[in-house]
Amino acid sequence: MLAPVNVSMESLNLMTLAPMLIPIVGALLILVIDLFKSNLDKSLYVMLSILFLLMDFGVLFESAGLFAEGGTIMGVFDVMLIDGLAIIAQFIIVGTSMLFIPLALTNTRFHEFSYPEFFALFLFMISGFQFMVSTDNLILVFVGLETASLALYTLIAMHNRAKSFEAAVKYFTMGALAAGFYSFGSMIFYALTGSVEINQIAAVLEANQYADIGYVLIAVTFMLASFGFKLSLVPFHTWAPDVYEGASAAMAGYMSIVPKIAAFIVVMRLFEFLIHSGVVWLEVILYIFVILTMTISNIWALVQTDVKRMLAYSSISHAGFVMSAVMIGTTQANSALLLYWVLFAFTNLGSFSMLWISRAKNTDNAAESDHSYNKFAGLIKTSPVMASFMGLFMLSLAGIPPFALFWGKLYLISSAVTSGYTVLALIMALNSAIAGYYYLKLIVYMFMKDPVVGKDGHVYTVNSTLSLQVIVGFAAIGTIFAVAFINPLLEFITAFAYNSGY
Amino acid sequence: MFDHILSILIFFPALAALFGVVVDKDSIRAYGLSVAVVEFALSLMLWFGFDASVSGMQFMEQVSLIPAFGVNYIVGVDGISLFIIVLAAFFTMIGIASLTDTKNVKNMIITLLMLQMTMAGVFAALDAILFYVFWELSLVPMLYIIGAWGGPLRVYASIKFFLYTFTGSLVMLVGMLFMAYFYFQATGVWSFAILDWYRLILPQSYQLWLFAAFFMGFAIKVPMFPFHTWLPYAHGQAPTIGSVMLAAILLKMGTYAFIRFSLPLFPDASVFFMFPVAIIAVIMIIYTAMVAYAQEDVKQVVAYSSVSHMGVIVLGTFAMNVEGISGSIFLMIAHGVVSGALFLLVGVIYDRRHTKMMDQFGGLASVMPRYATIFGLMLMASVGLPLTINFVGEFLSLLGFYEQSHIITLLAGIAIIVGAIYMLSAYKKMFFGEVTREENKNLPDVNKRELLALIPLAIITVWLGIYPKPVLEPINNSVEAVVQLMHDKAITPEAKSAIPSVIKKDETSTQEAH
Repeated sequence: MLAPVNVSMESLNLMTLAPMLIPIVGALLILVIDLFKSNLDKSLYVMLSILFLLMDFGVLFESAGLFAEGGTIMGVFDVMLIDGLAIIAQFIIVGTSMLFIPLALTNTRFHEFSYPEFFALFLFMISGFQFMVSTDNLILVFVGLETASLALYTLIAMHNRAKSFEAAVKYFTMGALAAGFYSFGSMIFYALTGSVEINQIAAVLEANQYADIGYVLIAVTFMLASFGFKLSLVPFHTWAPDVYEGASAAMAGYMSIVPKIAAFIVVMRLFEFLIHSGVVWLEVILYIFVILTMTISNIWALVQTDVKRMLAYSSISHAGFVMSAVMIGTTQANSALLLYWVLFAFTNLGSFSMLWISRAKNTDNAAESDHSYNKFAGLIKTSPVMASFMGLFMLSLAGIPPFALFWGKLYLISSAVTSGYTVLALIMALNSAIAGYYYLKLIVYMFMKDPVVGKDGHVYTVNSTLSLQVIVGFAAIGTIFAVAFINPLLEFITAFAYNSGY
Repeated sequence: MFDHILSILIFFPALAALFGVVVDKDSIRAYGLSVAVVEFALSLMLWFGFDASVSGMQFMEQVSLIPAFGVNYIVGVDGISLFIIVLAAFFTMIGIASLTDTKNVKNMIITLLMLQMTMAGVFAALDAILFYVFWELSLVPMLYIIGAWGGPLRVYASIKFFLYTFTGSLVMLVGMLFMAYFYFQATGVWSFAILDWYRLILPQSYQLWLFAAFFMGFAIKVPMFPFHTWLPYAHGQAPTIGSVMLAAILLKMGTYAFIRFSLPLFPDASVFFMFPVAIIAVIMIIYTAMVAYAQEDVKQVVAYSSVSHMGVIVLGTFAMNVEGISGSIFLMIAHGVVSGALFLLVGVIYDRRHTKMMDQFGGLASVMPRYATIFGLMLMASVGLPLTINFVGEFLSLLGFYEQSHIITLLAGIAIIVGAIYMLSAYKKMFFGEVTREENKNLPDVNKRELLALIPLAIITVWLGIYPKPVLEPINNSVEAVVQLMHDKAITPEAKSAIPSVIKKDETSTQEAH
């Protein structure tokens, strides 16, 4: 007879689960409300989601305080790992989600928001991402990743247009492939080391001096392919523009930020020890990936005729830019990654929200594409405030100081300089110059062309409601006055990344 | 009040521009002009508050922005930057005053006020990142001015202008980050403050690379041959006000940055690159002068002649001695006044005839005598006639470089002759001879609004040509400090000998007196 398992509740440290459980409870509550009374308005669900996310945010502050005092917290059989990276990533995830969800309160009625399931799935997805970043157990990463991804596929499909289904199916297929690669990679790591925890894997590999380097490389290749898909690194990026185009503009903006930061955290946890133990091959491959992703997606973005696809390629390029931080691997680079992503979240969410505001169902432009450049021609004359905001976000994306992304770029390029990657720093700088062209293209259309005849300003603000304006205003304030909060943010991020050993 | 005058100078126009959004579009002209007058008055107060006998920085202000990364808001002026700031405020004022009827005049005035903020910021910034912020930000209003109010090719011209400059500046940014990293390695503290960087002595190999990185940014802005191709497009397509601001102030950012960054930070590299840069400058002077002669569009003549004179400024800068550098700074101001005035003059005739082709004119001297007189004066100044403002700067610049190389100076001197040829022939085509075309016969002469802008420029041209001392003396004091700093910092013997020590010269002269 087996001896009874004896575990004390204190050693489980169940509090580590609190941030993930809050959105799950919220999601279940939304489903339960729907059971009792259906056909409630979307505003109810939006506000409930915000409340739960706020609670989540509060609990994160709590764990941030605990981390600042006592360092890394482990829990639930040491599966949960609440370190600085996990906390910052969750701040980004939950914060961006809070900015995203009010975008559902549009003027025009959209199919997906009339279902309470949308909001339930949304909250489930957030908890999935939160699990993904706060563990170094490869299995829990997988569970979190799949929970989040499956929910996300459904959210995209719910936009209910032909292209959305295409996007969702495409994303699903690619995601399934990536999941397959991921499980292969984890399997090989487990076979080599007998553990699925990244720190254990690192310790075992260190102890036997990377005797089976060939197998390690195969495992790394699988992992790289898997996360290449998730981060849309060239050449695994092909799904991204189509999916962005098919998803609603707001969802596309969300997708360019939250799933990627979650994937970046896992990549940092997994690749950091490999790079620091001198696996040169990985460094070379990452170097190639980074440069290809930045440059090629930039060049593709140049020739797009649709603003949303342009922004999709630009997001790919930004992901490649930031991926260089993983390769550099110093504390400064990792802090730069997180800083960049916070600033990117503001700017990119802002620019996608602007597209979302202008999303009209039946316009002449719908024939070409939803957001062709022509639609924005002469915007300064018909709707100057809108044009100024959009121009602001474009300037920030291009890295014009003193707007938000400039500071991220500055710090990231500086981390490349500090670590001796001179050529990389130059390539990063020149890529910013290439990117300048397509962001300028939109500015040129908005400010220097004449409006296409027969349009009134209302076209651009057809979805505009107070809540959308608040979100855009929030993003704009974050973008313009970034310089005011960079220093506390940078100190916070650096301290947390450094104390977690990254 | 004087403690924060620089910040007021920088942020007052920006704030005024934001408030300007509310002002009604029929009243915006008066609003813009009053803001610009106040701004100019503030810049004059800066000049009167400035102590000309002090060579170092004055009116310094410091606020930390990102202490964790050494980025601070530091501003200050010395003799080198003071007059360019005054000039910028002056040109914004007369630019708005002489603004002809434009569509969307409200947007134009708001943009000009924003531009004034960036110009004041660039020349007052003493922190590399702050400098970079204003440097890049100045592209945006100019992009809008060229792109929205320009000629038929305006979009192409504006994007070319933006991307060219943006690319160069990004390379410069990498250079700045390296510089900050070297400072960090030497001292253990991150700092982007220029005055901190001045204290850092780098090995020559580092200096060469960093010099090259900074050079990319500055040379494109100046613009130096072969990076000058964006400028004729920008000038050709820009509206009058855009060309004026571009030629008078924005181009000076590049040459100013050479003196503020390249020379004192990398003295050895500057000496190493002195002859290559001088040769580029001479090519720039002669080649663009010849190109100017071939133009049929009077605005292109002025544009190319302006590039040609920028070559003399660069040459004077790289003379590495007090005469040359002082001369080049004085020439920056002179060139600003004269080329700004010439672009305004071209704008005057363009408003009347809507063409800039010289063969469309002829005999204008009899139709528009006042116009012809002012044009003639500015043209003589541009050619470098003694007793005009340009002569002082050009003479000092060439004198300075004569100490380094006789042949190059002689070649550059030839350009003044070529300059006289193309300018005088342009003048002949436009103003002398019979009035051949019917539509030219009844052109109105310059009106009051135009005179309001042109008369002060004409007065400055003659006044500073005859008596340059009030401007030249503060410049000289500050330049002496820079040259002495370079001499002290130089590590290679060639650099030590090429950069004369100011103090030593004084000692020998006193010894001779004994």
